[in-house]
Amino acid sequence: MPKVTIDGVTIEVPNGTTILEAARMIGPEVAPPTMCYYSKLETSGGYCRTCLVKVSQGSEKDPRPMPKPVASCRTQVMDGMVVENNTSPEIHEARAGVVEFLLANHPLDCPVCDQAGECHLQDLGYEHGKSETRFEFPRREFERKDIGDKIQLHMNRCILCYRCVKTADQVTDCRVHGVMNRGEVAEISTYIEKSIDNDFSGNVIDVCPVGALTDKTFRFQSRVWFTKPVDAHRDCVKCCGKVRLWYKGNEVLRVTARKDQWGEVESYDGKTGWICNTCRFDKKTTADWTIDGPSKISRHSVISANHYNSLKALKATIDRQKDALPHGEKVTLGHGALDPNNESK
Amino acid sequence: MGKKLLLEHIDVPGIQSLNVYRQKGGYETLKKALTSMTPEQILEEVKTSGLRGRGGAGFPTGLKWSFLAKPEGVARYLVCNADESEPGTFKDRYLMEKIPHILIEGMIVSSFALGANTSYIYIRGEYFYVARILENAIAEAYEAGLLGKNIMGSGYDLDLYVQIGAGAYICGEETALLESLEGKRGNPRIKPPFPAIAGLYGCPTVVNNVETIAAVVPIVKDGGAAYAQIGIGKSTGTKLISASGHLNKPGVYEIELGLPVEEFIYSEEYCGGIKNGKQLKAVVAGGSSVPILPAHLILKTAAGEPRLMSYEGLADGGFATGTMLGSGGFIAMDEDSSIVKNLWTFSRFYHHESCGQCSPCREGTGWMEKILHKILHGHGTLADVDLLWDIQSKIEGKTICPLGDAAAWPVASAIRHFRNEFEEYVKQGHSIKDVKHYYRLNHLPEPVN
Repeated sequence: MPKVTIDGVTIEVPNGTTILEAARMIGPEVAPPTMCYYSKLETSGGYCRTCLVKVSQGSEKDPRPMPKPVASCRTQVMDGMVVENNTSPEIHEARAGVVEFLLANHPLDCPVCDQAGECHLQDLGYEHGKSETRFEFPRREFERKDIGDKIQLHMNRCILCYRCVKTADQVTDCRVHGVMNRGEVAEISTYIEKSIDNDFSGNVIDVCPVGALTDKTFRFQSRVWFTKPVDAHRDCVKCCGKVRLWYKGNEVLRVTARKDQWGEVESYDGKTGWICNTCRFDKKTTADWTIDGPSKISRHSVISANHYNSLKALKATIDRQKDALPHGEKVTLGHGALDPNNESK
Repeated sequence: MGKKLLLEHIDVPGIQSLNVYRQKGGYETLKKALTSMTPEQILEEVKTSGLRGRGGAGFPTGLKWSFLAKPEGVARYLVCNADESEPGTFKDRYLMEKIPHILIEGMIVSSFALGANTSYIYIRGEYFYVARILENAIAEAYEAGLLGKNIMGSGYDLDLYVQIGAGAYICGEETALLESLEGKRGNPRIKPPFPAIAGLYGCPTVVNNVETIAAVVPIVKDGGAAYAQIGIGKSTGTKLISASGHLNKPGVYEIELGLPVEEFIYSEEYCGGIKNGKQLKAVVAGGSSVPILPAHLILKTAAGEPRLMSYEGLADGGFATGTMLGSGGFIAMDEDSSIVKNLWTFSRFYHHESCGQCSPCREGTGWMEKILHKILHGHGTLADVDLLWDIQSKIEGKTICPLGDAAAWPVASAIRHFRNEFEEYVKQGHSIKDVKHYYRLNHLPEPVN
């Protein structure tokens, strides 16, 4: 089993593990961000270049560094490999460059985009991007397209991660969409006159890292951070039936697959929990589902700002910090400070 | 007069046909290889010859061949890369058009050495008429028993096919070429695995340039040691150079590697000097993707030595003061040429040809082209020049395939060596009419890093 050191942390991993997977095993502190890689989809990754890392020692046998930064999602670890991710200033600069490229033609329409709040590009932009763009030319534009009656393609927002193409290839039994044209004007498109019509086609919405593929039944219904995610299940003959319901009041606004801490669809007993279109689009009442409980949402997500789970975590942190103060000093919090709905704090 | 190995019989009338080619000793090498040599011996000869890939990267061919995996019961393929699309490079077209049988003979010998029973020539779509010439030559070879079953009674079988591309520069990248050959979208693959392990249809594959494969013929004919005698240092043998631009005699020349650049440009045997008695301003020495060099650096290295036409000679000084031999597309520019305009043309090409798979190249090439267009038309600012530099540095080395580098290097080198010309465009603004009034040879800058 090869041993790899990433940002100073050494871990032993199975043969054939990629640098990115090894970094994820260590934890989110050292894991590079990803836009196109999706662990549940074969041959995904390598396109967006956000997960670039520096390999400062190739392996135990051949300690030479790799001449160029490598895509960690597609590079396998070697025994004795030393990788620099967050510790390398040049990687930070390279990543900032990639973010700038991804945003160069991306419309800044977050205020009207359904993906806002759960958009990977937004997160990446906050982490590595600049507050203003140096791209001063008109952005490229495409017509908005309905592909099927439930999915809308907003090509302007697409970053060509190929995830939806690979999902259609590997999850549905017939892929009818792909990438047309090349270079800057390459676009996701369906065969002429064909729409995506397949029981599992809705999963392309879940894998899309940006707002290019959105759920038409949810469009403009609510900002995601005003909805409350709840895990639920039902017996479904087509899929695993394990889903996340997004409530506003008593109404289920949308149904998605459950996602893990990397923003990918969760796996159950080694099988990826893709959900079918019946569960996703047709079962939108509480009566259809057995509720498992509130979803775990990362405290860093804007969705958690309005979420009951976060409150507990927030309190725990404050208590821990209070305990850590010397001489038992007491910190008094103002009235309503722990109420996440309190905008004034 | 330099030694000619590939173009020796180029002027013989009718050399395109099999009969004339055989009268001039054609296919004797194939006979020698099939009857008296083992594949291992041929590989040894190629290794001894020190032949390096003629497509641009200059990787030792013998080494590339020796990497080919040879699992039992799995087909192996040899693919000839005739997707010659680099602006300024037209040597392969010349070779295939004038003397197609040397490529076919080289393909058979190389396929025999690699143990391939099916081989392909992937030719650029715009070369449809060259493909026709190749098809005719292949038909002649089949008829003469030089292709097909039991070639020359040796028991070795080979089928050779010509596949025409659909007009994409990116398909000259070896893995994109293989994807295209398989009938898919021509996107470069992510490496590893390299084609030597999993190439065409997942089988071990060698992809070589036209000129490389043709060079195998003289190597096997006279022996690798004799080939290694020609040239200088690790740059052995002869190289086809496609000379274009403001030269008195542009065209394809076969040179012995190690020829001084000055002799190549100014001697009557080769390009015959700069057109209309003007002065040389700059040279792109190896096809549009290699760094451009100003006249004083292309004729002499930074140390003041005469610069030689060889892999090492042109690369002397790294990218700060050197360039690359590349594919041998030698573009000379006289004193009245505009570097910015020329660079915009190159950038436009890379913008158009980016496959769009990875983000730095997809977005960056278009961005650079737009900025250059803006500067060229007098709307640029000094900050734009810095921005260009920054963009190219963020593309270079960050992409899946070398197209990103190829788009970044010309921009980097033009700014490095000709920054004041960019500034001239910015300062003159709208009033700029013709660059020659503002930029002459008299203030050649020192290179900056």
